[in-house]
Amino acid sequence: MNNFETIQKKAINEWQSLQENPEPVIYIGMGSCGIASGADRIWKQVHETISKEKIKAKVLKVGCIGPCYLEPLLDIQKPGFPRFSFNNVDEQKTIRLLTEFLNGEESKLKPLGHLDSQRKEIDGIKSFWDQPMLKNQERIVLRNCGIIDPENINHYIARDGFKGLLKALNIGPEGIIDEIKKSGLRGRGGAGFPTGLKWQFCREAKGKLKYLICNADEGDPGAFMNRSLMEGDPFALLEGMVIAAYAIGANTGYIYIRAEYPLAIERLKIAITQMNDLGFLGKNILNSGFSFEIRLKEGAGAFVCGEETALIASIEGQRGMPRSRPPFPATSGLNGNPTNINNVETLATVPNILREGGNWYAGFGTKTSKGTKTFALVGKVRRAGLIEVPMGTTLRKIIFDIGGGPIKPFKAVQTGGPSGGCLSEEFLDLPVDYESLTQAGSIMGSGGLIVMDEHTCMVDVAKYFLKFTSQESCGKCVPCRIGTTRILEILEKITQGKGEIKDLEILENLAHTVKNGSLCGLGQTAPNPVLTTIKYFKEEYLEHIENNRCPAAVCRDLVEYRVIKEKCTGCQRCVNVCPTGAITGPRSEPHNLDLSKCIKCRACYEICRFDAIAGDAIVIE
Amino acid sequence: MDVKIANTTQSILNKFPQKDKSNLIQILQAVQEKDSFLSPEAIGRISEHLRVSRSYIFGVATFYSQFKFNPPGRHSIRICLGTACHVQGGDFLLNAIKSELDISTGETTEDGKFDLDRVACLGCCALAPVVKIDNTIHSRMSVIKLKEILDGYE
Ligand SMILES: Cc1cc2nc3c(=O)[nH]c(=O)nc-3n(C[C@H](O)[C@H](O)[C@H](O)COP(=O)(O)O)c2cc1C
Ligand code: FES
Repeated sequence: MNNFETIQKKAINEWQSLQENPEPVIYIGMGSCGIASGADRIWKQVHETISKEKIKAKVLKVGCIGPCYLEPLLDIQKPGFPRFSFNNVDEQKTIRLLTEFLNGEESKLKPLGHLDSQRKEIDGIKSFWDQPMLKNQERIVLRNCGIIDPENINHYIARDGFKGLLKALNIGPEGIIDEIKKSGLRGRGGAGFPTGLKWQFCREAKGKLKYLICNADEGDPGAFMNRSLMEGDPFALLEGMVIAAYAIGANTGYIYIRAEYPLAIERLKIAITQMNDLGFLGKNILNSGFSFEIRLKEGAGAFVCGEETALIASIEGQRGMPRSRPPFPATSGLNGNPTNINNVETLATVPNILREGGNWYAGFGTKTSKGTKTFALVGKVRRAGLIEVPMGTTLRKIIFDIGGGPIKPFKAVQTGGPSGGCLSEEFLDLPVDYESLTQAGSIMGSGGLIVMDEHTCMVDVAKYFLKFTSQESCGKCVPCRIGTTRILEILEKITQGKGEIKDLEILENLAHTVKNGSLCGLGQTAPNPVLTTIKYFKEEYLEHIENNRCPAAVCRDLVEYRVIKEKCTGCQRCVNVCPTGAITGPRSEPHNLDLSKCIKCRACYEICRFDAIAGDAIVIE
Repeated sequence: MDVKIANTTQSILNKFPQKDKSNLIQILQAVQEKDSFLSPEAIGRISEHLRVSRSYIFGVATFYSQFKFNPPGRHSIRICLGTACHVQGGDFLLNAIKSELDISTGETTEDGKFDLDRVACLGCCALAPVVKIDNTIHSRMSVIKLKEILDGYE
């Protein structure tokens, strides 16, 4: 393995000289979320300023480090100092950072934290990892995200990359499977099936040709763990895939990835090329005699294609329809051959387990749910973003300590996406693991965690998910196709104020029929949002049904917009934004709102609350 | 037959082996990338190349929400209606924009300027609600901000 040592030495040299660069280094968080907040404009501004001011500096892009609410993030590493991180940067701030801060002038621009490997204070600046959002996390699978340049394999290698693969090649397929079993790793795609066992089934399955598939479809609308991971550290996933393929005996692998993730696709392509060039992929990997190639397949926008048998049909070029199992893909999958399917996070965890050992990984988490799990913590929380915590962390710790809680009083948290449920306040002390969440009526899912406050209507949320699942139902089996539509119709009736008390019972009956009668996981779990909201938020359903009232003021048919005459100063801002001309009135006089023209689009309410002179003269009741 | 569409379709098809229908989705994606939608002419060509019926191709194409069968506008507006965006008011955005542009989802404005559709999650949930216009994602949107941004398009 001389060859690996040479590669490693070169990589470590490159990484170290970057840390000790005699000129400043600027790192910009360029994940999709960073770019959506304007990181590409910052990238342009940085280049403009350094060329104008003749500053000699290196500029690098990195992935998302997690606290998306602080984006765009820009780090500056001055010679002799670690990386200092600055948040919510705009063009103006960029210019000042590159002049004032770089020149060491006394400046009001204080960094958020430093990224030195040691957590102690440096120059009066605390460690980035000691912020409330980060200090309760345990970053294993996200360890490189936001730190390395995801388009430079040497950064990955310098930070212990491919050591797991090396170990894997040494201990052989059986040794790998043992190690994974020891670690207790369970599938991160939703169902939580033990990964080691799954690999063993596929390894033992009869057939010469075997396939490995990475499920990167991330269909849960409201979750982005896999996207961030692939954008921030594509190598971890790919290394995991090589190890898995070696363990089960596959020479071809596919990554089935959503077309909505163009940046992740691009970074994976770059990473695959670099790995091929250095011999971590392709023929005779690291002289082991083992060969493996990876192909990318772009999904085309169908939630059900995240289900493994539908996904296989889609790779084969057909409509993505699930089929009943058995046979499981492990015995008959792609083109009828034994196939192993794993989620992105599952596979990206594997190199860490091989490198540090199964027992080490099993040291995190609970008795039945080992290790760590990433979550997309979003919705009504102060600190939204991507986090990683040990299994068994309580919802309260995640939502309040890490996420900072909602601004308005907390109402519910939704886990597991369209297959999951909404949990109320009484569940805040629930440890997050597979069993506890299932027992509460929700599921772990892939890691979406959406916080809701009093301005979220739970009936509306249930309706939202059923609309999603009824549209995404592939239509193959009747309970799912017809059942989800019927449930949706009743929910629509209730949100329109036309519900009856007996509807609740019908809903529950229908929900159980769909749950028990459907062919695949989509239908079997689709009723969860309805069942949990009825169970934990019945009052809210009753308010809609009995009093035609939506307490959260969300359901459009049950609310009205009104101008408070005493408050309205007649500034005409709302008149200008109203798309239907429902608001009229001369300047400086209280305006009129014609309810017959009002489409309840909220434009007037928003501008009145945030911009106008009057404050909140427009209310929703 | 539209000569331009026929030519681009043919040059894409040349990259894929005949009769191998496992590449169908990839071909459809490539054609749509070039033409912005799937025209009947293009589907005819694909059907000849792969030796599968047009109805089979339609069956596959209509299954996936990505594929469009109408010519799009000069700019495409995609309102995210993923869970995070829904909870933060994505629905309100969609409603306001529908009445502002006077079109429904899946349609194009009369002047051919905008087409409108919904998407389920662009992966920027922490910055919800988000709207994608052409290839740019705009975060933390409000009805007013969106209207201002749309005014900037030709
Ligand atoms: C409707 C439906 C959608 C699914 N979507 C995904 C998905 O987007 N990503 C994923 O990894 N697994 C998804 N799954 C789970 C997969 O079928 C499969 O269990 C998983 O990819 C196995 O990988 P794991 O063992 O690593 O979790 C979905 C399942 C169902 C029923
Ligand atoms: S829900 Fe809109 S970006 Fe994810």
